[in-house]
Amino acid sequence: MNTQDLAYVRTKFEPARPAPMSNLGLVVWLRRHLFATVGDTVLTLLGIAFLVWALPNLYNFLIGDAVFAAENGDACRAANVGACWAYVWARLDFFLYGFFPADPYWKEQAGLFAEFMAQWRVNLVFFIGLALVVPLLWPSAPFKVVNAALFFIVYPVVVFYLLAGGAFGLEKVPTEKWGGLTITLIIGLVGIVTSLPLGILLALGRQSRLPAIKYLSTGFIELWRAVPLITVLFMASVMLPLFMPSGVTIDKLLSALVGIALFNSAYMAEVVRGGLQALPRGQYEAASSLGLNYWKSMFFIILPQALKHVIPGIVNTFIALFKDTSLVSIIGIFDLLKTVQSSTADLDWTAPTQAITGYIFAAAVFWIFCFSMSRYSIFMENRLHTGHKR
Amino acid sequence: MHTKTILTTAALALGLSITAASAGTLEDVKAKGYLDCGVTEGVAGFSIPDANNEWSGIEVDYCRAMAAAIFNDADAVHYTALNTGERFLALSSGKIDVLSRTTTWTMSRDTTLGIDFTGVMFYDGQGFMVRKDLGVSSVKDLAGANVCVQAGTTTELNMADYFSANAIEYTPVVFAGRPEVIAAFEGGRCDAYTTDASGLAADRTRFANPGDYVILPEIISKEPLGPSVRQGDDNWFNISRWVYFAILEAEELGVTSANVDEMLSSENPSIKRLLGVEGDFGTPLGLDKDWAYNIIKLIGNYAEMFDANVGPDTAMGLERGVNALWTKGGIQYAPPIR
Repeated sequence: MNTQDLAYVRTKFEPARPAPMSNLGLVVWLRRHLFATVGDTVLTLLGIAFLVWALPNLYNFLIGDAVFAAENGDACRAANVGACWAYVWARLDFFLYGFFPADPYWKEQAGLFAEFMAQWRVNLVFFIGLALVVPLLWPSAPFKVVNAALFFIVYPVVVFYLLAGGAFGLEKVPTEKWGGLTITLIIGLVGIVTSLPLGILLALGRQSRLPAIKYLSTGFIELWRAVPLITVLFMASVMLPLFMPSGVTIDKLLSALVGIALFNSAYMAEVVRGGLQALPRGQYEAASSLGLNYWKSMFFIILPQALKHVIPGIVNTFIALFKDTSLVSIIGIFDLLKTVQSSTADLDWTAPTQAITGYIFAAAVFWIFCFSMSRYSIFMENRLHTGHKR
Repeated sequence: MHTKTILTTAALALGLSITAASAGTLEDVKAKGYLDCGVTEGVAGFSIPDANNEWSGIEVDYCRAMAAAIFNDADAVHYTALNTGERFLALSSGKIDVLSRTTTWTMSRDTTLGIDFTGVMFYDGQGFMVRKDLGVSSVKDLAGANVCVQAGTTTELNMADYFSANAIEYTPVVFAGRPEVIAAFEGGRCDAYTTDASGLAADRTRFANPGDYVILPEIISKEPLGPSVRQGDDNWFNISRWVYFAILEAEELGVTSANVDEMLSSENPSIKRLLGVEGDFGTPLGLDKDWAYNIIKLIGNYAEMFDANVGPDTAMGLERGVNALWTKGGIQYAPPIR
């Protein structure tokens, strides 16, 4: 049989025709997605009504009627004024740096640059941190090992000396004077960086065949998971000094850091254990049959797969940890939320909308950090997914 | 090697700090080089982070005065913000050396908590605020009024006592939180609003038109707010108490931070004794002879502290009232320095 025998053979593709009119256009999209049934229509109309009511109010409060620049609270006390952003701007250095003393020379100079330099020690900490974190999180950036060593080993030392001072001619600053966003980030970062490795060790410990390690890990996890974080912080700050010999005091910030790290490592351990249990037994057996010892099989075979499974859970714990840092305010550490809270009693800026503006600002800062973490976790999930994803 | 050095180094590495434990509070404070002062978490006029991100307020000035008396350096103070639940424990556990934190001096606190009150920096008391256009000038005129009050406070109970004692009819309008109380009062839900007088002054500045409201003259409860120290260290108690008396005495004698240097050559024997020109009243306390001079030079007398933080020219706008000296119709009174 050859082609000549056939009555008709198409030799080239027919050009694609447009979709039928009944499937095209805005109206069809609207009808299909918003007005498909009576119920949908009612919900859509209710939603539109809500937006029409809420958006102008929101716009007026946040932007339209808001006070952006003012010398003091008088402008914000006028009738029907929206958010008092001038107050946030005026107290911004308190929200960022807390009581951290300004550089005596730059404090006297005028201008934005001088304001930046007045807190150069904290700002330097921010910038070095940013310069190390971004390439560390960027998968294709080179020199990962050097970068990690700098961030996890050198950076904490640099931060300590820059903030605490007392060496290299820097003025000594006790931790009571650290505050604002600085301390929120310190507690958040230290918590995140320490709780993951601790959590992994605890999760492995809980699955260990050695009874001592197994029961110690289990006991640790169950103890810390069973108490509220506020209790932990209160114990560390209020009760612990009573048990210490008189004259011995523990730095408040340090006790909070240790408390938060241990508390979250217990949660992290359970997240990681979930990942370990999701792996089929064959993976463990395969690792053993290759002749790998326990630690090699864990680090090369088991953990890379297990951790990949539980990225959402890990980041969930990180985000919760970051938000929980605001609990340190109850033991008198001036984190971001606490600085905002105590400045709402500031009579120079007192106004009907002062407090709510401050809280909106604090919420926005927390949202930026938490949302970034969440987006980064999705990015990593997509990058690491190797076909197991449904 | 020196075991103590090693131990101290190890303790420092752990973030612990060890001070000579056995000595008295004054020796401990001198050894560490600063005073640990417990303050509020932010109460306007009393202790609050100011625009320069430093603690300010009348209670903060008291701690600065103590530091001035001990170190001749008003800045040698570390502040610890404490909430109401934590404050007494922080003092008795030794975390702070003096508590200066809007704390009402009551008998049970003085006798059961292991602390001693050393003076009254501010005589507060419960007051009432009304709208100006109501035309009310005394609490006695509030018959039949709706009064906004916060639930579960001594304020609520004090009001009930006072109104029943004076046989005045009223309707309490009770809310759980202070912001709700203020909003309800401003919204016209009630005719009057009651809380501590200093709180009324601070809350009034929050209103859109503070000039439309007046605070009535009656004070119906006693809320003496003062500093306290740990019980059992009599010398430290004396220092705390006499720092308070010295700033009162300075006001009574007309010595201010501006004229204190001229006053050194004053012929008034009381001023001579206060400033250490004649006699030595500092050494028995373990302080320098010019301890009171340092306080007045660096901080000022009581009137200066009051006017700078809560007085009529500040946002708080409080009159001296009962906080005036005894010579001016108030009840602030200091025993003589002699």
